[in-house]
Formats: sequence, C-alpha cells, structure tokens
Amino acid sequence: MELLRFATAGSVDDGKSTLIGRLLHDTKALFDDVIDAVAATTARRGGEGLDLALVTDGLRAEREQGITIDVAYRYFSTPLRSFVIADTPGHVQYTRNMVTGASTSDVAVILVDARHGLREQSLRHAALSALLGIQHLVLAVNKMDLVDWSEARYIEIRDEFVALAARLDVPVVTAIPLCALDGGNVVDQSPHTPWYAGPCLLEHLETLPLPRYDEGALRLPVQLVIKPAVGSGADVTAERRWYAGSLAAGTPKVGDEIVVLPSGTHSRIAAVEGNAPAVRVQLEHELDVSRGDVIADAHDAPHTVPQIVARVAWMADKPLRAGSHVLLKHGTRTVKAVATQLHDRLDVATLTSKTGVGELGLNEIGTVTFITSLPLPIDAYATNRTMGSFIVIDEVTNGTVGAGMVAEPVGAH
Amino acid sequence: MTVIDHTSTEFDDADRVGLDHRLAQLEAHAIFVIREVAAECERPVLLFSGGKDSVVMLHLAKKAFEPGVIPFPVMHVDTGHNFPEVIEFRDRLVEQMGVRLVVASVQDAIDQGRVADPGPTGSRNRLQTQPLLYEVGRNKFDAAFGGARRDEDKARAKERILSFRDLFGQWDPKNQRPELWRLYNPRVRAGEHLRAFPISDWTELDIWRYIAVNDIDLPQMYYSHRREVVAREGMLLATSEVTPALPGETPFVETVRYRTVGDMTCTGAVRSDASTPLEVLTEIEQSRITERGATRADDKFSEAAMEDRKREGYF
Repeated sequence: MELLRFATAGSVDDGKSTLIGRLLHDTKALFDDVIDAVAATTARRGGEGLDLALVTDGLRAEREQGITIDVAYRYFSTPLRSFVIADTPGHVQYTRNMVTGASTSDVAVILVDARHGLREQSLRHAALSALLGIQHLVLAVNKMDLVDWSEARYIEIRDEFVALAARLDVPVVTAIPLCALDGGNVVDQSPHTPWYAGPCLLEHLETLPLPRYDEGALRLPVQLVIKPAVGSGADVTAERRWYAGSLAAGTPKVGDEIVVLPSGTHSRIAAVEGNAPAVRVQLEHELDVSRGDVIADAHDAPHTVPQIVARVAWMADKPLRAGSHVLLKHGTRTVKAVATQLHDRLDVATLTSKTGVGELGLNEIGTVTFITSLPLPIDAYATNRTMGSFIVIDEVTNGTVGAGMVAEPVGAH
Repeated sequence: MTVIDHTSTEFDDADRVGLDHRLAQLEAHAIFVIREVAAECERPVLLFSGGKDSVVMLHLAKKAFEPGVIPFPVMHVDTGHNFPEVIEFRDRLVEQMGVRLVVASVQDAIDQGRVADPGPTGSRNRLQTQPLLYEVGRNKFDAAFGGARRDEDKARAKERILSFRDLFGQWDPKNQRPELWRLYNPRVRAGEHLRAFPISDWTELDIWRYIAVNDIDLPQMYYSHRREVVAREGMLLATSEVTPALPGETPFVETVRYRTVGDMTCTGAVRSDASTPLEVLTEIEQSRITERGATRADDKFSEAAMEDRKREGYF
C-alpha cells in the first residue's frame, strides 16, 4: 500500500476541519463510537445531524473556541492508497503549527471560501507550502453552495491563484470546486458542477504521482555508532563498528567509495544491513566517524560550507536579527551559529521580496546568512530535503524558533 | 516497487506478509526517532506495559541498536491490578531482550501516601501519573518512549512525536514546540523531560500487520480464549478479585479476546474467534468500533478525558 501525506491549510473558517471530517466520513474511516460521540456533541450544542468539524478538533480549548490551534493527524485508506492527513490551523497566530504539519507532507490542500476568495492567510500558506518544497498544491474552492455553484466565481479564484502560484515556483496546481458540508466533489461528483470536468478531491489525491525525495547519490547522516554486543562474533568484521542512520539519499552497496564529511576521509562500504532507509553500514577502514558526520558518495559529495544562505521561516516572538546567536540542527548535527546578514523579507500580500530589513519577526519568511562553528555538508533543498534543511534552536529556551531551507549550498547573494 | 490492487478493498495476503511502502516507511521512521532520542538524551527509558504497542516498541528498539544492545531500561507503571499472564509475559520478554526493568508501582504510591487509596475495587488508572512522574524524577530520566498512537484518541492526534514535559511533568497542548521534517529537538533543562512517540503515525491495523510480518509474540489474551466475564457498561469485564461480579450481574463464560491490555478494572474484552494475527487483522478490518471505544471505560467519562490526564503527565 502506498502512503501519501497531505496537509490541509487556509484561513480560519474556510472549512478545513469540515473537509477532513467529510473525507473521513465518506471513505468510511469513522468508527461508530466516534460518529456517536460527534452526533451527541452536535446535539448538545443545538445542532442537527453531524457537525463534521468536531471530528478533528481534539483539544478542550479548540472545542470551546471553535477553532483549530494545533495540527491534528488523521488516517484513512482507500483501495488505492493510504493517507496521513495533517489538519493545520488557520489563525496567523498558529502559523508555526501549520508549518509543522506541512513540513512532512507531500501535498498541500489549500482551502478558500468561495465567497471571500483568496485572503492573506491563503497566500501565506501557499507561500509556506512552496517554501517547504511541496510539489503539488491543491486549491479547494470550498463553500461553492454559498455562491450558487457559480462557474464564473470558481474560475475567477482559480485564475488569481494560478497567477500568484507562478511567482512561487510550484510545479503543479490543481483547483477543485467543492462543498465540504454536503460532500460535493469531495469523494463523489457534485450534481451542481456539470461544467467541471476535473477529478474530485479524493480521486485526485489517489492518483497524483507520489513525490520522490530520496533519489540521487548516497547521503547517510550518522545517528549512532554501534559497537557489537560483547561475544557476538570472533572474526574481525563482526567487531567493526557500525554506523547507523536513515538514508537521506541513495542506496549504499558493498564496495562503494565513500567520503566522510566534514573530515573528508575516504573509505569503502564493507557491509550494509537493515531495511532502507533505516540502515547501518560498516566501512573498510577504521576511521574517526561519529554522530553528526555524513557518509556520502565519494564521486558526488555535497558541498561542505562554512556559511549558509537560506530561506528562513521564523516561529518565535523574539525576532531574528543580524548578530543573533543560535543553534542550528542539520541532519544529525547541532552546531553553534550566528546570523550575519538579513537579505530580504517576503511580503505575503504581494508574494514579493523586500530588501533592507532589520529583523525577521514571528511568522515572517526571509533570506538569512548564518556562519556556523563547523562546516556543514549541504545540498540544495530542492535536491534533497534532509541535506538542504535545518532548524534553528534558541540556546536559552531550547525552543525551536526557525526553519531554514538552502537554495544554493555555495556563495552568498 | 509497490503493486496496487485495484479490485479489492481489503488488504490481500501480499500486502499482509511483506514490508510494503507504508509499513517500511513507518518502521524506518520509528527506528530513526528511537536512535535520535537515544543519541541526544542522557537517560531515556521505554515505557512498557506488556501491551501490543509497547511490545512492538521494544522490537523496534532492538532493531534500532542491532547488533548492539538496547541502551536504556524499560519501565512498567504497575497499577497492581494486572492480568497475571501479562506480568509473566513482561518478565519473560524483558529477560529475553536483556533490558533492565524499572517498576513504578501504584501500590507503593498508595502505601507511601503519595496518592489516595481508591479502595479495593476502585479504578487505579488515573493514579498511574504520580508513580510515573515519581520514577522519572528519581531516576533522572530525561526522555520516556511511549507506544501511544495518534489514531487512538483525539488528544493524542494532536501531540508531537517528541512532546515536551515541564518540571511538573505537564503537557501544554496550546504551546507545543514546532516540529519540522525529521529534525527533532530533544533539548530539555534539568528536571524537564520528553515523551517520545515513535509509532505515532501507526494505526491499530499497522501494529497487527507488523506483528504478523515479524512474527512477534504477544500475551495470549490478545487471541481468542474462553473467560468468565460480566456485562458492564456495554463492555465484557473479566471477573477477578478486583473486579467481582456486582449485585445483579450474572457471570458467564464467553469466547473473547482483548484489543488493548491495561488495568483489569477498566479494560474490557470483545467477543472473538480470532486466534492468529491474520485472523485478528480480518476482524479489525471489519470492526466499526475503535479499540479504546470498545474496551476502555477510562475514556468514556468525557470527551476530554485523555487530554485532561495527559496534561497532568499521563502517558
């Protein structure tokens, strides 16, 4: 069974939670006791039938306020695929939770209310999804019933979005007119859209090609050095250390020439075990390899760079400024770093960049140069998600305060 | 290469017996999380109840460190109201895996006056939080692996893979750390700790498929057997010293199995003839009730029962 992860995003009240509830309900992924609980809560609040938005709002505060605060993960399967849904919050205040949900997703479904069209949050979420390298955006034009299923209104929103998405370098955008409340074009075709020839949302999610991130030359960030248990073997190979990690790209084979970064020492793969991508390897030579190092293809290695220029999504109240000291976690290594320059900041309303900015505030996106205490082996984020991304950690609070993506591993802007 | 069956809505046998795309991804991710936490935290511990999820966790931990040994102990939060066969199973598996067992005992907590005694037949479920946090503090554990899954409950559906706990062991669901990609941030200060949930994205079906694929041993009560039960609050509750039949209840013998294993006073059985992992899979595929809904009285009190317990520091 193939696994597809998708995030739902968009502004408050555009109907994300109702859409998830609808998908789960119509694919029969909701169990009877859950349906009973939702029906009881709906009735207690004076509603009728099933308020499907209640399916995903799991926190007390969310039910009290009728909003989504944090990502809810939900699961369902169809005969064609299994899915993990990250239902992300719409409020700008909780953007970092949206980023959390979108960062592990293959597809982002951005909802808009057909009455209101694109709003700043729709654009912010589209920009963040694009920044996170999500290859497929789905624009779900929701609440079509409230605009009398108007084809003209759908086309107006779709065209505006497609024009904006072109600025974001998103390869594939699909727009679908739907109504999460009555289920039209979610799992089943709506009788109200004879003018729409495209797929329903579910059909689209079942058939779009799965993105591949792990292609290319060997990249193995070392998580752990494992020494075999005492007495597990008499011969030399059994006593060799194993380097365990999750493959960020490539498939190691015995005899492959590798380089250990950042040290630059060379060896060959002597043994490989485990189910990819969670593997462990032995090397032919006894080298000094430890957690945080990257074992890479000797003939196609990443650039090891002392400074990083990256697009950064900032997620803390305390802004990032030139001169800020932070920690960066890249792969399995955490290093000290200092932000030396803020190059630009994205204006979400126009999706254009502004230069000459003094700081990067909460929920803002900008380009930043960091100098790191150790050189890091970096690939472009577009080539390799693991090797091209990092998180920023506040040394004092230990909080995760930023997410960085490297466009180009060498040189500065 | 994954072959997709376009004709059937059920998992076919090919899906069941191999590590397909989905299960391979879930396994690799769980191993990744276990290794990250073990590498970055000083003193992790694995919460182990003898239930199927914690048994799968222990197997994943073994795989994560092969051919080395599991570099952390396991901890059982023991309500004292256990199914005896689960305790036997626990001790056997711990011995086999060569890991140290720490027992956080609710009975000790009651005897030492750390929690109030709910009486001989009262539920000790909520009382587990105190001994759990007590042992976390006493052993200076800075990370506790749990086998919780997001499909179990709507509060759990909201929780991060690495979930921060403050000095008081509390979860603050409105202020969770952002968690980007697979870049986990396990940094805590002294006295704080993490809960790590490597199998968050697994469903009950995935657990059973994994058990079938890897031929993993479970306590026998997960499979069909005959047992004396009473019908109470829509559940079948095994009769025992701590769960005697109440006035008006007539015990009867039924063919049952357990979908979850917990405290005897609040864990119910379901009627079942499923006696192998594949039969259990078939049964669950056809079930219309979630496992906690079918078998856990503790989650029926309110729609926020789990959230409230988690805030206090529960699993």
